[in-house]
Amino acid sequence: MAAILEISDLVVDIRSGRSTVRAVDGISLTIEPGRTLGLVGESGCGKSTTGLAVLGLLPAGGKVTSGSIRIDGQDIVGLREAEARAIRGRTVGVVFQDPMTALNPTQRIGAQVAEPLLIHGMANRSSAMKQAVDLLGEVGLSRPAAQAQRFPHELSGGMRQRVMIALALICGPKLLVADEPTTALDVTTQDQILQLFDSLQQSRDMSILLITHDMGVVAGHTDEVAVMYAGRLAEHAATPRLFGGYRHRYTEALLESIPTLDTPRGQRLATIAGLPPNLGGQLAPCRFAPRCAHAAKVCFDAEPSWSEQHSHGYACHLPRRIDTDPITEIAGAPS
Amino acid sequence: MSIDLPDIGETADQPITDGGQAGSAEPKQPSMVFRRFLENKLAVLGLLLFLAMAAFCFLGPLVYHSDQVHTNLAAQTLPPGGSHPLGTDQVGYDELGRLMVGGQTSIEIALGAAVVAVVLGVIWGTVAGYFGGIIDALMMRVVDSVMSIPAIFLLMFLATMFRPSVLMLILVLGLLAWLAPARLVRGETLSLRTREYVQAVRVMGGRAPRIIVRHLVPNVLGTIVVNATFQVADAILAVAAISFLGLGIPPPAANWGGMLSDGLNYTYSGFWWLIYPSGIAIILTVLSFNLIGDGLRDAVGLRAHRRI
Repeated sequence: MAAILEISDLVVDIRSGRSTVRAVDGISLTIEPGRTLGLVGESGCGKSTTGLAVLGLLPAGGKVTSGSIRIDGQDIVGLREAEARAIRGRTVGVVFQDPMTALNPTQRIGAQVAEPLLIHGMANRSSAMKQAVDLLGEVGLSRPAAQAQRFPHELSGGMRQRVMIALALICGPKLLVADEPTTALDVTTQDQILQLFDSLQQSRDMSILLITHDMGVVAGHTDEVAVMYAGRLAEHAATPRLFGGYRHRYTEALLESIPTLDTPRGQRLATIAGLPPNLGGQLAPCRFAPRCAHAAKVCFDAEPSWSEQHSHGYACHLPRRIDTDPITEIAGAPS
Repeated sequence: MSIDLPDIGETADQPITDGGQAGSAEPKQPSMVFRRFLENKLAVLGLLLFLAMAAFCFLGPLVYHSDQVHTNLAAQTLPPGGSHPLGTDQVGYDELGRLMVGGQTSIEIALGAAVVAVVLGVIWGTVAGYFGGIIDALMMRVVDSVMSIPAIFLLMFLATMFRPSVLMLILVLGLLAWLAPARLVRGETLSLRTREYVQAVRVMGGRAPRIIVRHLVPNVLGTIVVNATFQVADAILAVAAISFLGLGIPPPAANWGGMLSDGLNYTYSGFWWLIYPSGIAIILTVLSFNLIGDGLRDAVGLRAHRRI
């Protein structure tokens, strides 16, 4: 089956004043129907910019310089805004990070959830309202008919995020772009929302692009993971494979900086030294080299090439050695 | 000022134990704004004051009959008393009745001008703010240019060219006053258009008119209502000012500014009843709108914004 989302060699430049920053530099990703891809990385690594490019919401000065973004087979790069919008409107839904600002405070939630149907002329007012109420029930709001009459400020953060999800799903999208959907929520709510994603995905056979910085979220709720660093892909593999046999030193550093319950008391938490590079400045050939504990001369001399095996790709000169065959570790890895 | 947390009665006992705090410090719902407004004693005083002034001007003539069309030179500048509770003016009009009729004109013009100013300002501001870029730059330069023309000069110029009427004054005052709300709304729109709900509607395929009407305008409404009340107060003063300069609506029509201006000619004759009533009426009405505006500003939470 054809991929729902196919990004190839995407380059996004963001111009501010006289300088231009290459926020995304040659990313290629594919999401098959019904699959979830987790896009992870630190702040400023280009993961959100990639998402915004898919959504057509690049900030002022942002532009797709080259590459293509195919949504359901149609390349939206180079299309006029109105045409791209028509494709996206029915195919793509979006869930943002902050449920506080993601809903219009002046409108009742039922009307907001129903609005996309009216935009696309897919229903009349009363049937749109009915569908909205049904969907609000499906995303886990009890007494949805009563809730639909409420204003966003009358709901808790988690409930607002559910409303946001309903709003994203009302037109039956094939792809859901979730940009840090759980970052603004507390841990228990996070888990509920992620489970909701899982169950909705199964019942609706929808693909999800999950953008997050949280390795824990990625581990339990994605089929594939792509790790981004400084605008480039560092590593990309099926989720069990990545967690079982990650190769890139950046992935390694990211995973090591997750505190665990076994960490001895008093021991300093592992961190990655320094900050992600300024994408407007001079970049090392391997962009992670300046912060990498394993960096050698070669990392500063030549750009690492993308090596791929068993659809596990990474770009690292000195990858982490894996003693055992990663496949055997899949059993123990989170799925 | 006490901040009401919204009633979350039903949400609290949901089986879903969602985290996050319900409620924000920014009530957008009309009923909540209204409740907060009513808690503000000064604001309620302002509202009552305005209602009293409006009742006096518009309902008063139904109870208190006086001839405001024919002059009566036999009854010039009579002091208060007898059949003229507030005396008569220099051509024999009953001062109390004239105060009512003059108030009608002043209030009509002020409200009309405020509506024109706000409607134009909201349209201009949201369009400029939403589209941004070169459209915004052009539209705001227009605002800057118009703002650089002295209002009083323009008013005098127009008054000499056209015979002033209620409609003309509404249009002229409105066309001079829309600049401030336009700037205000444009500023708010610039921040609102990056809100995620606006972005989400864009992804869903919503077009500019829908986004502006359904998502931007309702959210600037609080700011606008507040600004509108101050616009009314300003317009009352502006009407008074141009009438004072003798460029207002000609007799037999009356308005408070014109009455005040006429009365001042007799300052040295001691005809105080020609000066105080209209002056006090102007002050009370302007004050009432300022109190209402202050109350609304607090109620929609704009002051809280500013403190942050």
